[in-house]
Amino acid sequence: MEIDPFIFRLSIFILSIFVGYYVVWSVTPSLHTPLMSVTNAISSVIIVGAIIAALAGASDNIFETSNIFGFLAIILAAVNIFGGFLVTQRMLQMYKKKKK
Amino acid sequence: MSANLSASFYLISGILFILALRGLSSPETSRQGNYFGIAGMAISIIVTFLSVGNFGPGFIYVLIFLVVGGSIGAFIAFRIPMTAMPELVAGFHSLVGLAAVFVAISAFLKPYAFNLGEVGSIKLASLIEMSLGAAIGAITFSGSIIAFLKLRGIMSGAPITFKGQHFINLLLGISIAFLIFYLCRTQSTHIFWSIVLISFLVGVLLIIPIGGADMPVVISMLNSYSGWAAAGIGFTLENTALIITGALVGSSGAILSYIMCKGMNRSFFNVILGGWGATDQISNSQSKEQKPVKNGNADDAAFLMKNASSVIIVPGYGMAVAQAQHALREMVDALKKNGVKVSYAIHPVAGRMPGHMNVLLAEANVPYDEVFELEEINNDFANCDVAYVIGANDVTNPVAKSDPQSPIYGMPVLDVEKSKSVLFVKRSLSPGYAGIDNDLFYRDNTLMLFADAKKMTEEIVKSL
Repeated sequence: MEIDPFIFRLSIFILSIFVGYYVVWSVTPSLHTPLMSVTNAISSVIIVGAIIAALAGASDNIFETSNIFGFLAIILAAVNIFGGFLVTQRMLQMYKKKKK
Repeated sequence: MSANLSASFYLISGILFILALRGLSSPETSRQGNYFGIAGMAISIIVTFLSVGNFGPGFIYVLIFLVVGGSIGAFIAFRIPMTAMPELVAGFHSLVGLAAVFVAISAFLKPYAFNLGEVGSIKLASLIEMSLGAAIGAITFSGSIIAFLKLRGIMSGAPITFKGQHFINLLLGISIAFLIFYLCRTQSTHIFWSIVLISFLVGVLLIIPIGGADMPVVISMLNSYSGWAAAGIGFTLENTALIITGALVGSSGAILSYIMCKGMNRSFFNVILGGWGATDQISNSQSKEQKPVKNGNADDAAFLMKNASSVIIVPGYGMAVAQAQHALREMVDALKKNGVKVSYAIHPVAGRMPGHMNVLLAEANVPYDEVFELEEINNDFANCDVAYVIGANDVTNPVAKSDPQSPIYGMPVLDVEKSKSVLFVKRSLSPGYAGIDNDLFYRDNTLMLFADAKKMTEEIVKSL
């Protein structure tokens, strides 16, 4: 019997939860704020869905309702991607060691 | 681009995201980690463009919107003050949530564009995944908006509770499950919209009963939700990058919530069900008898610290409110010139989000190897001459160790009272968030400095 592709995706999902669990426990507590801002930035990879939604359908009518939702989602996700990564970078630049 | 090739690239993106989080295990590797994250994101976006392969006028619009959103994001990222980081993160979570809702709506309206079947006959599994993604996304959105308003001070941080609140939440939760079931049977657009609307309502109701100082738990929890929403959409789109990211973010937020709850010795449900100390705050302040308090000024404090050999600084949310981190750093520099050994002690729930104090100290150029977590430094208070408590309160309360009746009993606290003398900067004797009196104020070795945290610290710098 053939295995449903859903099971493969579910396996990836479950294994990723375990990877996330161990990786996040090893994050030093002083970097918990950058952790939140960077997880926020990477979860904006949902922009992938937004792009598909925006470009769906015929090219002569690109402003159907579903496309508009796609465009809106692109703006929201783009704010997050740029904002999230840049603010994380700004924070990480500030963490310095004692001058010897 | 073939589906197999693009799937492989999405897998690479997912791995880069894992490396981005892995980098945060130490400040040295963290910046490199962030670049991995950016690379992963760039790969995902480019691969999506190539696999959709539609470079018509729509593509131009996508680029325009990408640039518009990106500029807004970059502008915010450069302008935001570090003290506003908790509300920024809450605001960003709301955007992820709403984006998830929009993508789900779009997929529901035009399922064939996502290979999910035709309108009215969407695949069952996809329907469940997208409605779950939409529901969690909507809860994340409205919940984060409430958290944002509370953190920004637009809405009062006080818990809002009413009778039957938990019952209503339960009822709404059940009705969402029920509607998803009916959506699968009927594929009705109305039901889909109802699920989204009810979820918005649930998000609001979930967050309003939670008070200001519990925000670290709320933000971490919403962080987790935004991940699960992304994963839900990832299953709908059959996209590996999104599934991996959703799982990572979801578990990251869950771990942070757990750490925050442990820092307060409370169960997750106790926090979520809300309203800690909101009721007995009044009775406590009335029954407070006038106990003697030693009151000092900046000169006393400067004298004490100058003659100390070691000083531990205990910052809290009050330091963030007063923006006192730069003044504090000047004070520490002056002390170091006098040969005083200075370190910082951070309680896990100090501030309004995980790691809040660390970021503020880093902003003020405090080297991170002078900053210690509770377990690392708690034994050092006994050998320390002066503890300088600036803007912290409940996390120093010795009652948590001695009085089983106290609501904060069992919460891990900093053993500030063990140091030879304690300098406590505070505007008044009012109780902290937990609504209980801090026993530390009345100890013989405590000197209260009644002033704004920033002004007092600046005055101490002057008299040093």
